[in-house]
Amino acid sequence: MAKKYYQPEIETMPVEQLKALQSERLVKQVKHVWDNVPYYRAKMEEKGVTPDDIKGIEDLHKLPFVTKDDLREAYPYGLLAAPLKDCVRIHSTSGTTGKRVVAFYTQNDIDLWDDCCARALTAVGADEEDVVHVSYGYGLFTGGLGLHGGAHKAGCMTIPASSGNTDRQIQFMTDLGSTILCCTPSYAAYLAESIEERGVKDEIKLKAGIFGAEAWTEEMRRDIENKLGIKAYDIYGLTELSGPGVSFECEEQTGMHINEDHFIAEIINPETGEVLPEGEKGELVFTSITKEAFPLLRYRTKDLCILSRKPCSCGRTHIKMRKPMGRSDDMLIIRGVNVFPSQIETVLLNEGMTPNYQIIVDRKNNTDTFDINVEMSQEMFSDNLAEVTAKEKQLVASLKAMLGIQAKVHLVAPKSITRSEGKAVRVIDKRKLYD
Amino acid sequence: MAVKQISVFVENKSGGLADITKALSDANVNIRALSLSEATDFGVLRLIVDDVFAAGNALKESGHIYNITDVLAVAGEDKPGSITKIFTVLAEAGMSLEYAYAFFAKSQEKAIMIIKVADRLAAKKVLKEAGIPLVKEEEIAKL
Repeated sequence: MAKKYYQPEIETMPVEQLKALQSERLVKQVKHVWDNVPYYRAKMEEKGVTPDDIKGIEDLHKLPFVTKDDLREAYPYGLLAAPLKDCVRIHSTSGTTGKRVVAFYTQNDIDLWDDCCARALTAVGADEEDVVHVSYGYGLFTGGLGLHGGAHKAGCMTIPASSGNTDRQIQFMTDLGSTILCCTPSYAAYLAESIEERGVKDEIKLKAGIFGAEAWTEEMRRDIENKLGIKAYDIYGLTELSGPGVSFECEEQTGMHINEDHFIAEIINPETGEVLPEGEKGELVFTSITKEAFPLLRYRTKDLCILSRKPCSCGRTHIKMRKPMGRSDDMLIIRGVNVFPSQIETVLLNEGMTPNYQIIVDRKNNTDTFDINVEMSQEMFSDNLAEVTAKEKQLVASLKAMLGIQAKVHLVAPKSITRSEGKAVRVIDKRKLYD
Repeated sequence: MAVKQISVFVENKSGGLADITKALSDANVNIRALSLSEATDFGVLRLIVDDVFAAGNALKESGHIYNITDVLAVAGEDKPGSITKIFTVLAEAGMSLEYAYAFFAKSQEKAIMIIKVADRLAAKKVLKEAGIPLVKEEEIAKL
C-alpha cells in the first residue's frame, strides 16, 4: 500500500499550527535577509521597515515587493544571503522573457526542495515500487534535477532520461516499465503521439504523470490522460523560489497545495499592490521562509491566480492555488486585445485538433498581424478540399469567438512545428516592442 | 469496382510536393495519375498509384497525413466527345461530380477519367447502363 503523504505531520498540520510555524520562520528569515543582503536592507529602509516591525505573518504586507527586475539588477550575487562557500549549486531561468536570473542553493536548500518534490510524487501514488521517468531537461533548468531529487527521496527507481531522443525515451519506458512520467505537458503530448504512432501503447506501464513548467489547460490534461491512459497531475514552481514543487496537485486534481511550511503565498491586486482576501483573483506573491542562500521576500510571480483554503478530501491542510490563468509574461497584447496562448490550445482541442500550434505576431504598417500555424491532423483531413476549408473556417470562427480578434490560420504539415523537447515555443513575437 | 485513390495533405511551401513524391518513389511506387487542388495555404494532392498499400505505408512512415477514398475510373475512347459522353450520362441522371481528372493509358490506348461522386454505386449503375466501361483496381496496377 503506497504511502499517502511523504511528510504526514507537516502536510496535514492543523492550519493554526501551520500559521504559527510560518510566523516563526518569517521573523527569522527577515532578520537573516536584513543581516546578510545589503540590497534587501536598502529596500526595507526605503520603505521604513526594520526586522522589529515583523512579528508574524500578519506583518508580511509591510515588507517591500521583489520583482524580476530586482533579480536582474542584483545579478549575479546581489541577493545572495549565504557565504558562497556554503552554496553547492546554482540553477538558472530559461531566459524566455529577458536576461537570465541565477538562483543559489545550499545543501539544506536542496534537501528541502527535494522534500517538496517527494511530497508531489507521493501524492500521485509513487513509492518504492515505482519507476520514475524524468524527461525534464537536466541542467540549469530546475525541472530535471528537482523531480530527480524528489524521486530519490520517495525511494523510487529513477530514470534520469532528461529531454530529447524520443526513441530512447520510449524504449526505456517499455523495457524498464516506467510507471510515473515527469516532463512538460507539451512533451507529454508529443510522447503520447509518438507512442501511438509506434503502436506500443500496450507495452507502456505508466499510471501517472507530473507535468509542469508550462501553462496547460484542462482540455490538454484530458487529452494526455486519454492518450497515455494515465492520471495527469500539475506541479508548479519557479527557479527563483527553488524549482518545481512550490505547489503540487493531489488526487483531487482541483488545484495545487502550496508547501506552506516553506512558502507563504499572497494574492495581490497587480495594479495597486494591495493584498486581496482568499478567493479573489490576483497576482500570486511568494515569500520563501526556509531558503538559506537565495531567500525572496514577497516575490511577485506575475501569475494570475486564486487561492482557496477549503478543506481538501486528501487530508492535506496546505492552501490550494488554482492553475494560474496565464502568466502575465505569456500574455500577448495584439491589436489592443489580451491573448493568452492557453486560450488557443483550448479551442484547438475542442475542435478535435492537435494542440500543436505556434503564434506569430508581427507589425506591418503599424498594425499587428496575428498568424497561427496549426498542424494538420488526420481527423481534419479529407480528399475533398471544400471539407477541409470548411473546417478551417470553423476553427477561425471559434478562435474569434474565444479571443475577440481575427487570427489568420495556416494549416501546416504534421510535426513541422519545432518541439523544443523542454518547453514548446508557442509564440514568436517579431514586433520588437520592448527593445 | 471502385478504384482506390490516395489523397495527401500538402503544405504550401517549396519542396512540399517533392517530399511526397520522393517518399513514393523511394518505395518504388509508380504514380498513374495526379491532381492537385489548392487553397491559400495548403493543397490536397490526389493520386492513383500502382500499389496503394505500399504507397500508404511510405506516406505513413514519412509522416504525411493522407486518406484513401473509393473513386470510379471510367474508360473512354481516345477521341473527341468521349469525355462529354461520360459527363452527359451522369448529368442526365442528376449526379454532380465532387471532382474529376483524367489521364491517358498508353497500353490500352484509352483515356481514363477518375471521378468522385457522392453516390458511387448509383453512378456506376448509370454508366454501365450507358455502356461506358469502368476500369478495375487490378487493371490500374497493370497499366
